[in-house]
Amino acid sequence: MSDSGDATFKGADFASALEGVGFDFFTGVPCSLIGSVLVALADRGYVAETREDAAMGLAAGAFMAGRRPVVLMQNSGLGVSLNAIGSLQQIYELPCLLVITWRGFGGKDAPEHLVMGRVMPNLLDAYEIEWRALGKRPLEDDARWARDRFDANQKPVALVVPPGVLG
Amino acid sequence: MNALTTKDAVEAAMPALDGYAVVCANGFISRWACSVRDRPSHFYMIGSMGLASSIGLGIAIAQPDQPVAVLDGDGNVLMNLGTLPMIAVSKPKRFFHLVIDNGVYASTGNQPTISPEVPLDEIAAAAGYARVARVRDRASLDARVAEFAGAEGPSLLLVETAPESGPSAPRIPFTPQEMTARMRAALGGTA
Repeated sequence: MSDSGDATFKGADFASALEGVGFDFFTGVPCSLIGSVLVALADRGYVAETREDAAMGLAAGAFMAGRRPVVLMQNSGLGVSLNAIGSLQQIYELPCLLVITWRGFGGKDAPEHLVMGRVMPNLLDAYEIEWRALGKRPLEDDARWARDRFDANQKPVALVVPPGVLG
Repeated sequence: MNALTTKDAVEAAMPALDGYAVVCANGFISRWACSVRDRPSHFYMIGSMGLASSIGLGIAIAQPDQPVAVLDGDGNVLMNLGTLPMIAVSKPKRFFHLVIDNGVYASTGNQPTISPEVPLDEIAAAAGYARVARVRDRASLDARVAEFAGAEGPSLLLVETAPESGPSAPRIPFTPQEMTARMRAALGGTA
């Protein structure tokens, strides 16, 4: 589950793709599946938060201050963030790109990741968060899709990162 | 000496907050703030308890020259205690954190919080806030508000209050979307 040399894309290229379409505020809590992305974001002002819902708060403030924010997290952090998403982002129309790693993917992971790995697609749908999994299209296409949904809906949108996609 | 109330704390703070982006915690703090003095640069939370300080920090990081005040409560700070070290480490210079500490969850019926046994001001000082004080009377409150609103922060002023016993504050008259739009416009963020 760590970064590997045979990943589909480079994390640095994903960071550049996000920046290239206009995302300009980065915060979150780490996951090994996006370690290379966090390295690339370190010199782009990435704010290392202590909890994912606090990062959602940061993103809300940053949006009102004119930014297009991104919150990066493990899918365990999606569980932590659900109340912020429901009672802050969704109702106040505070858009945000969620980059969520897919631990528990395919049922092959440590026990603590299996439930969230299994229910995450339904959970995102239930919270009315449009999402795509990375890895099937060029990174720039997914970044542009996320930026377009962000601007059009004024709600959270998610790019999900399965294992082996970013290294 | 009569104990201060949430309304007293809000009334004391508001005159010093011209030009500030003001993020108000959910519950009676937002309701009193809106009722005492409303400005387009005020953001009143109706949910996501605990996150007022995080929202304020997000504004401060995105616009470092913009003064930011957070009107917070003891229950809110306790729910998101990681916010104190996060703000201290981020070192926003114009960040005024006013914590109205009444020792109860007022909106849900005055159930006690643990704040009477936990000095939140000392936790903020240990975390690294630039200036911290605790007040319990109106004269000290006014003096510290004037001092903290003009000084480099991050600053945390804890105001000891008693739970409200008089008439309740009116509800927030704005929709959540209206509050986002006007704060975004006030901060120059609207395209």
